[in-house]
Amino acid sequence: MDEPAWADEDAGPIVRPYALTGGRTRDELGGRLDLVDLIETTDEEPTRKMDLGPEHLRIRRITAEPLSVAEVAADLDLPLDVVRVLLGDLLRHGLVRRRKPASVSRLMDARLLKEVIDGLSAL
Amino acid sequence: MDFQPSSLDPVAIKIMIAGGFGVGKTTMVGSVSEIRPLRTEATLTEKSEGVDDTAQVGDKTTTTVAMDFGRITMRDGLSIYLFGTPGQDRFWFMWDELAYGALGAVVLADTRRLAESFASIDYFEGRGLPFIIAVNCFDGARRHNPQDIRTALDLDERVPVVLCDARSRESAKEALITLVTHVLNGAGTGA
Repeated sequence: MDEPAWADEDAGPIVRPYALTGGRTRDELGGRLDLVDLIETTDEEPTRKMDLGPEHLRIRRITAEPLSVAEVAADLDLPLDVVRVLLGDLLRHGLVRRRKPASVSRLMDARLLKEVIDGLSAL
Repeated sequence: MDFQPSSLDPVAIKIMIAGGFGVGKTTMVGSVSEIRPLRTEATLTEKSEGVDDTAQVGDKTTTTVAMDFGRITMRDGLSIYLFGTPGQDRFWFMWDELAYGALGAVVLADTRRLAESFASIDYFEGRGLPFIIAVNCFDGARRHNPQDIRTALDLDERVPVVLCDARSRESAKEALITLVTHVLNGAGTGA
């Protein structure tokens, strides 16, 4: 097939973002995925019936080590909510798992905050 | 909630880097961490009605907002995530997402345009989220007086004001340490 001459790599994505999700703008999970939730690939293998796209498989590859939702979106260079839908598919099929990190707010214990201060000083 | 994180749980520390347009947010995130743009889609219709001309275009006008995003790994299972806030007011919806579960914020200010920090300060005060003011000294000359800046910004006595150079790793680190120390000292409790 001939390559279309009117767009090259620099043109950016030529598919509207939600085309990747079949037009879905919401994941089907109860709770929204937070930016710092960690995503990690499971041992479950994808099957054809799951109807996955290359982006789904790419997420599986980059989350062999746990990665935050924000980083997955940045790595894929896709809008956050698009990535949330894709992650929702993977979670539904058991292909990735989500870990909610302890959300550190001011309720945090002092020991941990001191560790952060020391860690920053040592950077 | 009586939730005490154990040493086994991964811990994520979310810090927002806020301030007006062009005040050095990108520079600051980049000076302490690897920086990557994070994109999100926004519908312009609701928030910008009557403000933007795009309101006349149609029902749903979407735009892509890019934010700066960086991670500092302290140790296995303990990371700091830095999020530069989108500069324009119409992207407030994104601030709520970033502020959710955040430890606090560094509000960057430029003495030549102090008024541009007001919106950020109002936002964090309103949410009771701890913040500090870091005055970005673009010229490198530390001739600004933090007390004058505090007065000009009408800040609570307890809010730390530091001078910084967003380009400098040491200086950006210091600003973050000031924020975490402020939180440790009980910032915002009872606010």
